[in-house]
Amino acid sequence: MMLQLDNVTKVYKVGAFGGRTFAAVDGVSFDVRSGEVVSLIGESGSGKSTIGKMILGLTPVTAGSITVDGAPVKAAKEYYRHVQGVFQDPFSCYNPVFKADRVFQLIKESYYPQVSAAEWDGRVRSAIEDVRLDPGQVLGRYPHQLSGGQLQRLLIARALLLDIKLLVADEITSMLDASTRIDVLNLLAELKERGLGVLYVTHDLSLGNYLAERTVVLRNGAVVEMGLTDKVFGDPLHPYTRKLLAAVPRLNAPWEDAAPTDACRYHAGGASGALFEAEAGHFVACARLDGCPP
Amino acid sequence: MTAIQETPATGAAAGAGVRREALYFAVRNGKLLAGFGIVLALFLLGFAGPALLEAADPNAYGTTPMSPPSGEHWFGTTTFGQDVFSQFVHGLRTTFIVGALGGGIAAVIAMAVGFTAGYRGGLVDEVLTMLTNIVLVIPTLAVLLIINAYLGVRSVPAQALFIGLTSWPWAARAIRAQTFSLRTRDFVALARLSGSSTRKIIMREIAPNMSSYLFMTFILLFGGSILIASSLDFIGLGPTEGISLGLMLQNANQWSAMQLGMWWWFLPPGAGITAVVGALYVANVGLDEVFNPKLRET
Repeated sequence: MMLQLDNVTKVYKVGAFGGRTFAAVDGVSFDVRSGEVVSLIGESGSGKSTIGKMILGLTPVTAGSITVDGAPVKAAKEYYRHVQGVFQDPFSCYNPVFKADRVFQLIKESYYPQVSAAEWDGRVRSAIEDVRLDPGQVLGRYPHQLSGGQLQRLLIARALLLDIKLLVADEITSMLDASTRIDVLNLLAELKERGLGVLYVTHDLSLGNYLAERTVVLRNGAVVEMGLTDKVFGDPLHPYTRKLLAAVPRLNAPWEDAAPTDACRYHAGGASGALFEAEAGHFVACARLDGCPP
Repeated sequence: MTAIQETPATGAAAGAGVRREALYFAVRNGKLLAGFGIVLALFLLGFAGPALLEAADPNAYGTTPMSPPSGEHWFGTTTFGQDVFSQFVHGLRTTFIVGALGGGIAAVIAMAVGFTAGYRGGLVDEVLTMLTNIVLVIPTLAVLLIINAYLGVRSVPAQALFIGLTSWPWAARAIRAQTFSLRTRDFVALARLSGSSTRKIIMREIAPNMSSYLFMTFILLFGGSILIASSLDFIGLGPTEGISLGLMLQNANQWSAMQLGMWWWFLPPGAGITAVVGALYVANVGLDEVFNPKLRET
């Protein structure tokens, strides 16, 4: 058990004087093991990126706990040696006034100051080759001279330079074209083989399906259904999951209307958000499971 | 393509490469060269000029009053026979000192306050913004009158210090706003994930992004200090000893140089102030092209 989220809650103060509160993430618990890809699926505003940021220590947790190998999240140098993230928008991840390869230089300065320049150059080149880029084409260029796919893969190469155990990939394929997207997904599959845990945050069901062992479906900041990907996708229990799956476009088939809301009262989050184990490794948020259709 | 291979991606060479590259574009930028050329010429005149002049005291009375420019007196003489060129050269020096000192103090305060407030946010931001606003609404002139009347501090460094301590708020607000928008960018988050400290993020991620902006701030503060000092001198609140371009203007005004047609008395100091401030602005436009890689592609 590597990454463990336990009843994690993030509350923002909203309104003119911070008088009202808004729970972006509400009592979320799940885990990511080594050598496993877990996809976190949800629509915009469901709190999935906030969860990613909390795991990376970029924003504090209001309540609950996030631990990596038993140790709590700490926004410190040693923590980032093992936990890294790749963000959604590659164009925003590079300082526009510096060359793109400066992201590697920052890693060297912080973590490998003793490594010689020549050896580091070799490591950078091999990491870039690992993400199937040509070092000669991407080194020494400014961010605006590179494509989104190249930049995104350089960020993954950057994470590979460290001894990472967990990678938070926040919508990393949303800016990529279809063929590059598959390249990046295959790369994630490779990382999984190396024993890394990957939290793959996405709104795209078909991509989540592609490589994740387990899937967590998030809605309004709370988990509505989670479990093995086969089970969640093969036999969705929660009306919201059904609606999501019905919304995936298919060739030559008219869109069906979403599954009707039924006696199954799906929760709005918080205390009512207890998850029931419908079958082994398949959890669903339902107040009364027996009221749900089979 | 060869240039790309030659640039090493790692080591101290990368930092040196960035500086060398900036220099490469700097020496090819006409606006920058022209602007800095004028400032440098006036600077040299102000600092080396007095040593080359025969008369040690620019305020010494001469025997040929009110004479227009001639071979003997390049810029003519005043009502009292003082050499205007000598005053101009000495005045330039004072003006540069006031500009550099006042502008420098203000820029340092503005950057410290602006970066801290913008990056930290929250309560720190509230307190610093309040302080900024308080200093912003202090009536500078009234305070200076009081200081003059009670403390009698009327030297050039004291004037520069006072200007520096009162002219930073607008710059702090501008830097704070810029920092506020830059700190939410993903490259700042990525720098944090790279183990960079807050100080390093401000100095090496946020500040370089606005380096031409920061330089512009300094230029505006520098020019502003010169202008404030000149106006203080002009209304008679300047330093009591020595000479400055503002004091020259005040004297010219006081002794009706304009009405008497003694254009050589007020034209050089006015042109000097305009040239220094204007040339700095032109240089700043050129600097933007040097610092921003997107603007330099032709």
